[in-house]
Amino acid sequence: MEPVVRIASRTVVLPADNVDTDQIIPARFLTGTRRDGLGASLFADWRRDGAGELRPDFPLNRPEAQGARILVAGANFGCGSSREHAPWALTDYGFAAVVSPSIADIFKGNAVRNGLVPVEIEPSAHRELLARPGAEIVIDVEAGTVSLPDGGSARFELPAFARRCLLTGRGPLDFLLEQEPAILRYEQGNDDVAEAR
Amino acid sequence: MTVPKARTLFDKIWDAHEAVPAGPDHPAAIYVDTHLIHEVTSPQAFALLRERGLRVRRPDRTWATVDHSIPTRFVEGRPAFLNRATRHQVETLERNCEEHGIPLFRMGDPGQGIVHVIGPELGLTQPGRTIVCGDSHTSTHGAFGAWAFGIGTTEVAQVLATQCLLQERPRTLGIEISGRLGVGVSAKDLILGVIRKFGVAAGRGHVIEYRGGAVEALDMEARMTLCNMSIEAGARAGLIAPDETTFEYLEGKEHVPSGDGFADLVARWSRLPTDEGAAFDRSLAFDAGSLEPMVTWGTNPGMSCGISEAVPAPADADERAALDYMGIEAGRPLLGRPADVVFIGSCTNARISDLRAAARVLAGRRTNPATQLLVVPGSAKVRRQAEAEGLDEVFRSAGAEWRAPGCSMCIAMNGDRLSPKELAVSTSNRNFEGRQGPGGRTVLASPVTAAASALAGAVADPRPFLEG
Repeated sequence: MEPVVRIASRTVVLPADNVDTDQIIPARFLTGTRRDGLGASLFADWRRDGAGELRPDFPLNRPEAQGARILVAGANFGCGSSREHAPWALTDYGFAAVVSPSIADIFKGNAVRNGLVPVEIEPSAHRELLARPGAEIVIDVEAGTVSLPDGGSARFELPAFARRCLLTGRGPLDFLLEQEPAILRYEQGNDDVAEAR
Repeated sequence: MTVPKARTLFDKIWDAHEAVPAGPDHPAAIYVDTHLIHEVTSPQAFALLRERGLRVRRPDRTWATVDHSIPTRFVEGRPAFLNRATRHQVETLERNCEEHGIPLFRMGDPGQGIVHVIGPELGLTQPGRTIVCGDSHTSTHGAFGAWAFGIGTTEVAQVLATQCLLQERPRTLGIEISGRLGVGVSAKDLILGVIRKFGVAAGRGHVIEYRGGAVEALDMEARMTLCNMSIEAGARAGLIAPDETTFEYLEGKEHVPSGDGFADLVARWSRLPTDEGAAFDRSLAFDAGSLEPMVTWGTNPGMSCGISEAVPAPADADERAALDYMGIEAGRPLLGRPADVVFIGSCTNARISDLRAAARVLAGRRTNPATQLLVVPGSAKVRRQAEAEGLDEVFRSAGAEWRAPGCSMCIAMNGDRLSPKELAVSTSNRNFEGRQGPGGRTVLASPVTAAASALAGAVADPRPFLEG
């Protein structure tokens, strides 16, 4: 995972609330065994019509959205299935951050572990971003700030560990592997819960 | 003298599983008692282990099954895989399990089934345990007073390698449910009612504890249905205090000790329920007595109404878009809306009690010829039990297709799916756009509502079939 410190980009705005992971990547694209190559199927049924043609009015398909790395979405983004294919598809497509008033729990964790920054901001700041698709903004992961089109800025919170994962590119697995002695001690004291198999 | 602090059920499970307590710069590492894996969300996790040269730390705490992408039909005795990719996924899981010594329930194995159906059946799901799986409906296992939640694939790799997960401590949400469910009203209607009232994001950041008389009155399978859809209320986990109903269900299960061992466990499990005076971070109340059978009219599980109620006028652009997608008009009930398919299955409603309830409605009757009825048992064990009771004959005589166990049309990865604009009355858990096939439309309902709808060929009230 590459470290993510600062993202400067135009935004793409997808205002719907409760965008679920079945929309981010429909289940029929989960039949693979690899992590890469899923960007082509991102929002597949919203980006393309039944005949497979791009829908010109879908926000991601507009000319001004090309190359944008920040997705501004409605509330409760990423609800539903735990599929990590959702952040895999978003990052493979080119997104580096999702900005929303609230992001679903499982998706948020999956995002951090893939270097996709989950940015939860106040409704007033969010409304401002919704109103200005294509705005050039800067997300500062270290400071926990988002610059707003009007010149102001909004704060966002991340748990300290998640922030460090993003800034260093070092995930929880490395940390957990270092905890082996403590995990072993825990098991020795508690293994009566285990199945004897 | 210090007085012990009153704790919730969740607090007790959390406290007992902190392998590494939280520090100033890291959250707690929580020990995972039972890890369930399946073919769709595990291959990339095993690949990560291979990249890093890691082994599965506790194959004895890991169990695998195939369910999501497998066919439910056999042609000339062979599973009719949708395509090479789905077959490859299953073969990949087989190789990974063999390489790491993980027991796997293959297609045709007597223990195979949907991961959230077989865990309880085998007695792997026990009170006080931490249980994870790369599937959001892992919340199902909370019915036993376990802390069970869905995880992503990178986390699957972490658990495989270390048996632990880093967890920020969730807040607790107590939902007190009073009243008695009426005739034809089930746990499915209850959870749909709860989500309608409190919303699809109500549980975000929380673990729900369902409590109160209406919850205590539910049998274990109904409790599983309730906890299953906690994720549809935004909560990663939902749990219910273990009680006599729980203990009775577990006694005699394959992985539950018998005799003194069982008595010791019951004594331990009995200390788990939330202490009197323990505080939840948030509390809500719900009256189950006024519920009627529920149906969804929109594209998330919060968009529902009672079967005789008019579909409400859209409150915002999202609701207008949902009605438009569904081809549904506000202002009148869904009753009578033609159904192309009725699906009875999924980790929400494919246990034996669900099939018995559906069979009671279907017995001696024929489905509408315009409606396809698909009955997909949740596990091989459920299938055997249903066949022993003659339920398969009831379904077949009614005109249904009786399939092999799997997730089937709940997630529509295996070829069991709707065509664009087809409408299904479905006992599954998600009515998201395209969930049951691109362009397909889903009305979530209970098994009896689904069965009644198959008879009518349209969304129907099950209650007339259950009286007398």
